[in-house]
Amino acid sequence: MTMLPNKRAETLGGYIVHNVPFPKELTPEALEWLKQMTPIQIEQPYSITYLHSYAQDSPWFAGLTNKKLLASQDPETGYTYATPRGNDMYTGDETNWIDITDRRAEVHAFTVCHFGSEEFLAETPFVLVQVEFEGVDTLLLSRLVGVDPMEATLDWIGMEIVPKFLRNSKLKPTDVYFVPAG
Amino acid sequence: MRPVYAISGGVSKFAKARPDKTFPALIKESYDYAIADLGLDFPTFTEIVDGSVASYFSDHFSRQLMAAIMGQDYLGLLPKPSHRVEGGGATGGICFQEVWKSIASGHMDVGVGYGFETMSHVETWKGNEFIALASDVSTDYPVGGFYSGYYAMMVTRHMKEYGTTVEQMAHVSVKNHINAYHNPYAQKRNRYTIEDVRNSVMVAWPLTRLDICVMSDGAASTILASEEGIKKLEAAGAVIPRPLVKVTGIGRGTDAMRMADRPHVDYDFFMENYATPQEKDSDDTAAYYKDLWGRGTRYPGVHSFRAGRTAGNQAYEHAGIYDPLEELDFVELHDAYTSSEIQTYEDLGLCRYGEGGPFAASGKAFLPNVDYGMELPEKSACAVNPSGGLIACGHPVGATGLMQAVFAIWQLQGAIGKHFEDDTLQIKNAKRGAIHSHAGTGTYVTVSILEKE
Repeated sequence: MTMLPNKRAETLGGYIVHNVPFPKELTPEALEWLKQMTPIQIEQPYSITYLHSYAQDSPWFAGLTNKKLLASQDPETGYTYATPRGNDMYTGDETNWIDITDRRAEVHAFTVCHFGSEEFLAETPFVLVQVEFEGVDTLLLSRLVGVDPMEATLDWIGMEIVPKFLRNSKLKPTDVYFVPAG
Repeated sequence: MRPVYAISGGVSKFAKARPDKTFPALIKESYDYAIADLGLDFPTFTEIVDGSVASYFSDHFSRQLMAAIMGQDYLGLLPKPSHRVEGGGATGGICFQEVWKSIASGHMDVGVGYGFETMSHVETWKGNEFIALASDVSTDYPVGGFYSGYYAMMVTRHMKEYGTTVEQMAHVSVKNHINAYHNPYAQKRNRYTIEDVRNSVMVAWPLTRLDICVMSDGAASTILASEEGIKKLEAAGAVIPRPLVKVTGIGRGTDAMRMADRPHVDYDFFMENYATPQEKDSDDTAAYYKDLWGRGTRYPGVHSFRAGRTAGNQAYEHAGIYDPLEELDFVELHDAYTSSEIQTYEDLGLCRYGEGGPFAASGKAFLPNVDYGMELPEKSACAVNPSGGLIACGHPVGATGLMQAVFAIWQLQGAIGKHFEDDTLQIKNAKRGAIHSHAGTGTYVTVSILEKE
């Protein structure tokens, strides 16, 4: 039986302290004692907003906003990437966009995240999947919705799934997610 | 290329948090140990050493750019040459190999590699976020960036294709934790059972907390030298144990940042480009792989590390190793996850692809003289992570690959008892070992071979 957490999470945040203990007189003994001090630890807040460009991959995100799932394809070999890529890794050629919205898709691999990076903790438990598309050579990382995260099973691998799109696009790769077909 | 010898090393105590020392002082803790183990004092060694390579992964954790020069400064190595390397979890392994190159090329006679990470400066889940930034921030990180999740996806595919079980994975956790019970440098020194591992808190299905390494503060240093360097050190009073430990092979491989982009090559391409010489020579193995591919396996996919296989093949060829299970006495490998230790058994040719699970539970990777509290069907063949690995020792990223080197040097010098004050983990007559350092979802992997002359 899975155990529940047995300790509280360590968090930052606390009182502001305006002074710390220090010898009143800096005698030789007191100066030597300073080497026995426990360390002072302070909090240093740090935040920044980046202006991130999707650059040559922008049409893929524009496609999600318009409920279309695009893929990148080498014009000569036809090698196809489910995750956008401006140039083919074998020929070096610029890829073309193709529409794979209606391709058959299935779960290639998955996990249920019961914990996560700080940004996603509030969304746990959530299901990550690598999606395999018919006629596409590589996979796509996405979210799977519509399965019970507490009932994970290897039987999910191979399950046919279909894409769904957020009505209110966030211009993120999570604008598309997948649900079981049917 | 000249012969290169790994002559000394030091490791700071790894811990969840080391607020008692700044990171340069933490590096110095390991560096001073390495110098003292040579029998030299600080000024004498400083005069002889030609330069350094510094190793740390993330500027985010320390919130300090150019941290490496602060280490160089604190170690008194100014104005000698130095540079910082970074390659995710493989940073320490890359550092070790860059020092090797400096010596082998004749650029230096004595070089030091030092590394650190101070991951306690942020909360655990923020730390996970920093680590997850080592995934494509356009397409992967925003989906739910979490490395334990990435590795859990790999292993569900491994389980589906090969029948690997969570109990086999738990064997790795039990082995590494119990090994670390005898290693005073380790962060976690606990005796667990298979049941403990499976009953631990679920993090990313099917990986529990005890399947996953922890975040750490720590540092490690290694000293490498040419024959001329050894003469200089010994002329100054250094005591370097004989037989010497020589670095006889290095290898490095890479793969796509996005594991979704990795190819799924067919049987013929695999056999021609990735199979080990031993695998190529075996009709039985060829038939085994033919059958695997017939049942749908493709390589490397998300379940195998092409970079690890490439690094291993290169290092083995360099060192003249044909049968790694037979010819290596131990491997210190990058077990950030129990599942990745199993994947790496296969990459390094300790067993065939698909057989990592049974190999983990067979006993072949366990130490012969340690009580693991369970019956193992086979004898020890090649101890894997005799130190306790990342899962138990901790994983202060920039120090980890160097920590592996230090433990390998001590194994080959027969000095585990001296440094651990407990010789339980000493492999009798250890002659040759490998260290394996691994980044991201398998993006950079290094393998280095060390052996007693």
